[in-house]
This record gives sequence, C-alpha cells and structure tokens, in this order.
Amino acid sequence: MDRRSFIQSSAAALAGTAVPLFPMAAMAADEIVVGSIVDMSGGLDIYGKPMADCMTLAVEEQNAAGGLLGKKLRLATYDPQSNMQLYAQFAQQSALKDKSTVVMGGITSASREVIRPVLTRNKTLYFYNTQYEGGVCDRNTFCTGVTPGQTVAKLIPYAMKKWGKKVYVVAADYNYGQITSQWVKKFVQDNGGSVASIDFFPLDVTNFGPTISKIEAAKPDMIVSALVGGAHISFYRQWAAAGLTKKIPLASTTFAGGNEHIVLSQAETDGFLISYNYFQNLDTPQNKAFKERFYKRFGADYPNITELAMGTYQGFKLWAEGVKKAGSLDREKMIAALETGISIDGPSGKVTLDAATHHCVLNVSIAEVRNKQLNIVETFQQQPPVDTSAVCNLVKNPKDNQQYVIKV
Amino acid sequence: MDLAFVVLIQVLYAVASLVIVSAGLAVIFGMMKVINLAHGEFMMLGAYAVIAALKLGINLWIAIFVVAPIAVGVVGVVLERLVIRRLYGRMVDTMLATWGLSLLLVGIVTSVAGNTTAGVSAPLGSFSVGAYSVSGYTLVIIAVAVALALAIRFVLTRTQLGLIARGTMQKPDMANALGISPSRVYSVTFAVGAALSGLAGGLLAPLTGVVPTMGAAFVAKAFITVIGGGPAILAGLLGASGLFGAINQLATFATTPVLGEVALLVAAIVMLRLLPQGITGRFFKGSL
Repeated sequence: MDRRSFIQSSAAALAGTAVPLFPMAAMAADEIVVGSIVDMSGGLDIYGKPMADCMTLAVEEQNAAGGLLGKKLRLATYDPQSNMQLYAQFAQQSALKDKSTVVMGGITSASREVIRPVLTRNKTLYFYNTQYEGGVCDRNTFCTGVTPGQTVAKLIPYAMKKWGKKVYVVAADYNYGQITSQWVKKFVQDNGGSVASIDFFPLDVTNFGPTISKIEAAKPDMIVSALVGGAHISFYRQWAAAGLTKKIPLASTTFAGGNEHIVLSQAETDGFLISYNYFQNLDTPQNKAFKERFYKRFGADYPNITELAMGTYQGFKLWAEGVKKAGSLDREKMIAALETGISIDGPSGKVTLDAATHHCVLNVSIAEVRNKQLNIVETFQQQPPVDTSAVCNLVKNPKDNQQYVIKV
Repeated sequence: MDLAFVVLIQVLYAVASLVIVSAGLAVIFGMMKVINLAHGEFMMLGAYAVIAALKLGINLWIAIFVVAPIAVGVVGVVLERLVIRRLYGRMVDTMLATWGLSLLLVGIVTSVAGNTTAGVSAPLGSFSVGAYSVSGYTLVIIAVAVALALAIRFVLTRTQLGLIARGTMQKPDMANALGISPSRVYSVTFAVGAALSGLAGGLLAPLTGVVPTMGAAFVAKAFITVIGGGPAILAGLLGASGLFGAINQLATFATTPVLGEVALLVAAIVMLRLLPQGITGRFFKGSL
C-alpha cells in the first residue's frame, strides 16, 4: 500500500465512522431514523450491550418485513459511555441533527432524567425500555419496562411466605435504590412484616464487611437486595464468603439483570429469588421462536438474554405497532395511536400499553437461581402498573410532566 | 463480646486492605515522585492476570501471589521504558501521561476480555465467632498486609538493593558518580511498585467483581492514603492506613456506608489541614 492509497483508505474509514455522528439531513426524507442511546462502554455496559444487540435485531427484523409505512428504518446508535454529559449531548444530536422519529434508550434513572427533558423540549418521542422504580408521568415518554408495583408486589409476598416476616434491605444509593426500597418496605408492611433496616451503598463501594456483620446482628428472616453494577457484585461474593448464603435467604429486584448469576459461582447464588417480566427460559412458542432468531444473529454462545434486552425489543415492537396504527410519523398522531391500548404478543407474553400512565400491562414471573440457571417458579398474568397509576393519569392531565415518588 | 471481636477483625481488615491497595503507589509516588494515575489500572491488570491464570488451570494461590505481581511487573517495566522515563521530575506531565495510560489500559482490556464482569469465589470458607461468621479470606488479607509491611522494611533497610534505591531517589547525581546507573534503579523501582499493585489487584479479585473499569474505585483511596502518610514510605503507609481504615470502618459500623466514606474524607481533610506534610511530616520524622 503506498502513501496515497493509505491516506485515501484512512479518509474513507474516517468518513465511515463519522456517518452515524453526522448523518445528512436530506437522507431523512425516504427513511425513518430510530435513535438509540445506551451505554456500550463504562460501568453500565453489562446492561447496555445486550440492549443494543436487541435493538439491532428489532430494527433488522422490521426492515426485513418491509420497514414501516413503506420506508426503511435506519438505526442511529450512540454510546454515552456511562457518562451523563454525553447523554444530554447525544439526545440533543439525535433529536436535532438526525431528526429521529423516536429515541429509545437510557438505563439508569439518572440517565433517563437527563434525556427526557431534552426530548420533550425538542418534541421527539421517547421510549424508556428499562425496568425501573416507577412514577414517571410524561405524555411524550413511554416507559415500557416493569416497575416495583408489578415485580416487588409479587416477589415480596412470595418470599415472605417462604422465609419469614423480618426483612433487611440493601440498596444502591441513587433514585432507583432509594425509591425501590420504599416499595419493598410498603409491601413488607402490607404483608404484616417488618423492615429491620435499609442500608444504601454508593455505586463504587466494594467493602461490605461491616454491613454483613450488622445484618447478622439484626437476625432477619431474609434480605432484599437492590444493588446495582459491577462493584456491588462484591456484596454477593462477601456474603457467601462469610458463609451466609446458606443461613439467610436473599430476594432481589436487580440480581441477574447484568448476568450476575453467570459471573458468580453456583454456591454463591443458589436459592436467590428474583422477579422480572422476562426470563430466557419462559416456555412459550413466541419465546422459542425469538431465541432461535436471536442466537442465529448473535451466536449460540451468547450468555443470557436479559430482562433489559427484552424490554428494548418489546418497546420497539410496541412503537412499531403504534406507527402502523397511526399511519403517520407525526408525533401527536403516534402518541394518540399508542394511547389506544396497543398491544403485542412478545416473547415475554402479551404486553399492552396503558393509556393513562404510558406504562405497560405485562406478565411477571418469579424465578429461583439454581445451578446458575434462572428457574421460573410462578408466573402472574397481565399485571397493571399499579404504582404509577396511583399517581399518574395522562388521559386526565396530559400536561403532567414529572416523576412521582411514593411516600410510605 | 462476639460483636467486639468481629468489629476488631473488620477494622483490621479495612486497615490491611488500605495497606495492600496503597503499597504499590507508595513506592511509585512516595519514592519516585511519579504521580501514577494508572495505579488503579495496574490493580485491574493484576485481577485479570488471576482470572486468566485460573482459566489456564493454575492454582488460585499461585495465580494471586506469583502470576499477578510478575505479569504486572513486566507491564510496569515496559511502560517505564516507553513512557515514564522520559518524564522524571515533571510531575504534571507524568500525571497526564499516566492518565492516558490508564484510559489505554482500560480500552485494551475491554477489547480483549470483553466488558462483562468476571470473578472468582473467595477460597477458605468462613468461620464462626459466636453468633457471627467471618470469611477466612479476610484473615489472609490481614496476614498479607503484615507480611508486606515487614518485607518492605526488610528490603529497604537490610538489603543492598534497598539502600541503593533510597540513595538514588535522594541524590541521583551522587549515586551516578558512585557508579550506579540511576535509570536502571528507577526502572527496577517502578517495576516493583507495579508488581505490588498487581498483587493488590490479584488479592482483591476474589472479593469484588472484576471489570476493566474497576481501578477507578481504588485510585482515589490509594492517593489519599499515600498523601496522608507523608514522606516516610512505610511509616506513612501504616500510619495513614491505620487512621483512615479505622475511621472508615468504625463510622460504617456506627452509621451507614455512605457516612463511612464521608468520615474517611473528612478525616483526610482535617488531617492535612493540621499536618500539611502528612503524618510522617511531623511525627516519626526520619523513619522509613
């Protein structure tokens, strides 16, 4: 390769990488741009990578089926690198430069609260497809993930019936952990139990020794964990190293969301109870067909299709249904169509958008970790988002725009 | 009574882990005055060395105590030759260069090992203290910290190598005039510091999730400890680790983990206000 051809090919390569950042506005006329902003690097990449993969699959499938309204879809992906500043910047770019028809993304509640106002201001439809703490009430935003009113509401009574009434809560120290632990407290009290203590941990804490001793001193019947991210895996590790996995049982609202059950050993995790909308081994024809397509696209050795990944896939499908029904890419018409009770038959079962809350009615399953597998022990059909519907009614107050926090 | 004993073990553990996390930095920053912002990434490399060694079927203890320090020590030698040695005496420049190195290392490891969390279970099980149980691995950490402190003391005071290293750091020209090559001494010292960081990462691998970005959680604490310790390497390391570890752990026991971290930082600020040169700037002057 001589110097000139080297320069030419590098320039071409550079131009190639620059395309997703600076797409030409003229291209938007005959295609539909779908923006995706999830962390594919940084501390939250354990969650973001599978979400990005599912998004890719969903868009490819839609294009293979002829696109939407006769147009092809183009996915404009951004990686905010677990950095809130980049979230704001990319949301801006996605809305203004790409002129995205819809933006899907955000993992932590913090990132959602960064994107949401930007997209509302720029009148760009926003889908947040992650399980989260509930309470977001915004006409421009659709939260398709499962919330504590659906999962915690089923998990806590099930675990308390099995293990006992005294509960100790450990949670991540930001709005997800703070709010979810309030829901845990509410459902423990509703079921006649008591919460011994709620301990919060910054995301980078790796030493759980004192907490583990404190938990032992409190002698709870079970603990509930809402810990998040790579550093917090240390808790399960140290919990097992102190010999407590066998002594005090654990239920969690976040465990396995980042494939923790594969990273940790069998002895460290056997018997944990978790609850989500989707589990890879759900025994339905839709799920089987989906898994076949997914593994064909991303390889048979893909570790585990997570709840968040499925949320992304189903969120996209719901939006696509809405567009078909609206017959238009106009934001108002899309919202109106999505508010008619659109539903899809997803791999996790039937998922229906609730007009009043912009959240979903969906199935919830409880699973037990056994031998590094998530074994479903019970499935609850069509759970409404009771937490959010208690505070939010967008049909009555379409101008509402905030995240409510439950008081217990 | 049981609780008091458990608290004591936890405090010793917190002190010991600060000693282990900071030892490599104490050598590189304390002795050589190189601000090594890639310290956390050296630890991360040590942790990944353990994971890689286990995959090759190497015994866990050999992986921790042999593979991790040697692997990271070798990386240290290479980086010193390529980057650091051009920047001695230019503190701000080394800061920038090592920060760049830390980003590079995170990037390389991410593309090689992927960004999923890896890890290994803690060996040795647990033992009971009355109604409480304590992980056996906690005692290993405490023992290693003691052994490490003794070894640093022995090397620096009783061996030719230690004397030469200390002399070279204080007066490189004089050492050169006596026929010692300062550049080789720097190289060896940096490698030893890197190896200690690698050992720290290997030791912590069974206690925490191993991800390419894990270094960030440790680098700040290591710097606080080394700066709080002041000019004497060993006495400073032990003094600051003892003070900050105990405050952090006791505050965590008494209140919450969040306030425990806050107490550590407040203690560091107050202490540096009272003792701007660190603990050994005022006390234990002239010690190691």
